[in-house]
Amino acid sequence: MSGLTKSPWIIHYDASSCNGCDIEVLACLTPLYDVERFGILNTGNPKHADIFVVTGSVNEQNRQVIKNIYDQMPKPNVVIGVGICACSGGVFKECYNVAGGVGQVIPVDVYVPGCSVRPEQIIDGVVKALGILEEKRAAFAAESKKGTDTGANADAKKDGGN
Amino acid sequence: MIDTATASAFFTSGISQVIGALLFILLAPLVGGIITGLDRKITARMQGRVGPPVLQPFYDIKKLFEKEKMVVTTAENFWVFAYLVFIVISGMLLFANSDLLLVIFALTLAHVFLILGAYSTGSPYAHVGAERELIALMSVEPMIIVAAVGLYMVTGSFETYGIIVSSTAPILLIPCLFIGMVYILTVKLGKSPFDIATSHHAHQELVKGLTTEFSGSTLGMIEIAHLYELVFLLGFLFLFFGLAAPLIGIVVIAAVYLLEIFIDNAASRAKWQFVFKGCWAITLVLGFLNLFALYFVR
Ligand code: SF4
Repeated sequence: MSGLTKSPWIIHYDASSCNGCDIEVLACLTPLYDVERFGILNTGNPKHADIFVVTGSVNEQNRQVIKNIYDQMPKPNVVIGVGICACSGGVFKECYNVAGGVGQVIPVDVYVPGCSVRPEQIIDGVVKALGILEEKRAAFAAESKKGTDTGANADAKKDGGN
Repeated sequence: MIDTATASAFFTSGISQVIGALLFILLAPLVGGIITGLDRKITARMQGRVGPPVLQPFYDIKKLFEKEKMVVTTAENFWVFAYLVFIVISGMLLFANSDLLLVIFALTLAHVFLILGAYSTGSPYAHVGAERELIALMSVEPMIIVAAVGLYMVTGSFETYGIIVSSTAPILLIPCLFIGMVYILTVKLGKSPFDIATSHHAHQELVKGLTTEFSGSTLGMIEIAHLYELVFLLGFLFLFFGLAAPLIGIVVIAAVYLLEIFIDNAASRAKWQFVFKGCWAITLVLGFLNLFALYFVR
């Protein structure tokens, strides 16, 4: 098993959530659920994070923020939409200012529906995300290996040409 | 306990220096990682949680090296690498019978590299963290130097092996300096209430402070350096006991570390003014009182 799945660090962003889901995300850190058992840490920093947990729906205010946080995360990373708001917009779907779920802005790997989501479900979602994270890591490792290989070959070719 | 004559014969031979340095390079990350893992486990237990596995620090570091390399400026890699190298060098010097003052300068230099690395990224949060790390550095420096002077006054040697082979444990004559060192150890380990430069609990004000802009393998190097530094600091504390009371030394140092974990869990983060004034006050009062007392005792 890779180190990545044993030490997934999380960044949690509250898009226009009603705070119901955020409380449940925080509940995961409490002694009752204690996600640090699995090496999960809540970092407040996208550059250190492997899992992006978004609660709430997308609107014009936070569209850019979500994208910005996502872009700052080093690969391989996964996104979890927590709460029905993050999945589709939920009860706010019909609002004039709500664009819908997080999938509108960035690719989401795991959706955890519920209003509000129970901590058990969130942990379930994270565990599912770990499987995807492992796949992405393998793909990333293979790709970067290939990248350096072809790079070396290209150099060799160039040298040969000279 | 240990025959002083054979011990000093061994420690004055050159081979012991090579062994000391090699052991430090190879074993310090392992020992440091396990201590850090136990630290996180005990912290969790104090909070009524189960906590991560003891090997978690190693998983974290492995993970960081698996991630994409994402740098703001290539300069940061150089500074952080220099930080790691100089932390290792200062530890090697400590464990290879070098001059204690040289050891302290190498340690300070290492931290200056880390601070330069944080400055080079240009992020406002990293800047705040770098400034606070500088303050922390200034806070602890006098105490470390006073401790080195105290060790010299007691044992007549600035060299580490000269200190540890002394027949009486230095702590008997300079207990206040030991307490002062324990006080600043909190700053050096970056534990609450003195975790002003970077902290796991300061998202709102600092993001991640000093290490905000470092990710992937760069952050991994910092984590490895922390492991080396932890062993270095505990080794420095051991000088107060030396070979006159090695077992007592290890027990006391373990107790001190437990106390640090307890304080970490019980305290909230202090303002930098308090950190600075506190450390200097402790240095002035405890340090100089003890040195004066020593002057009259001898
Ligand atoms: S899913 Fe429900 S609890 Fe969660 S943010 Fe939306 S409205 Fe609030």
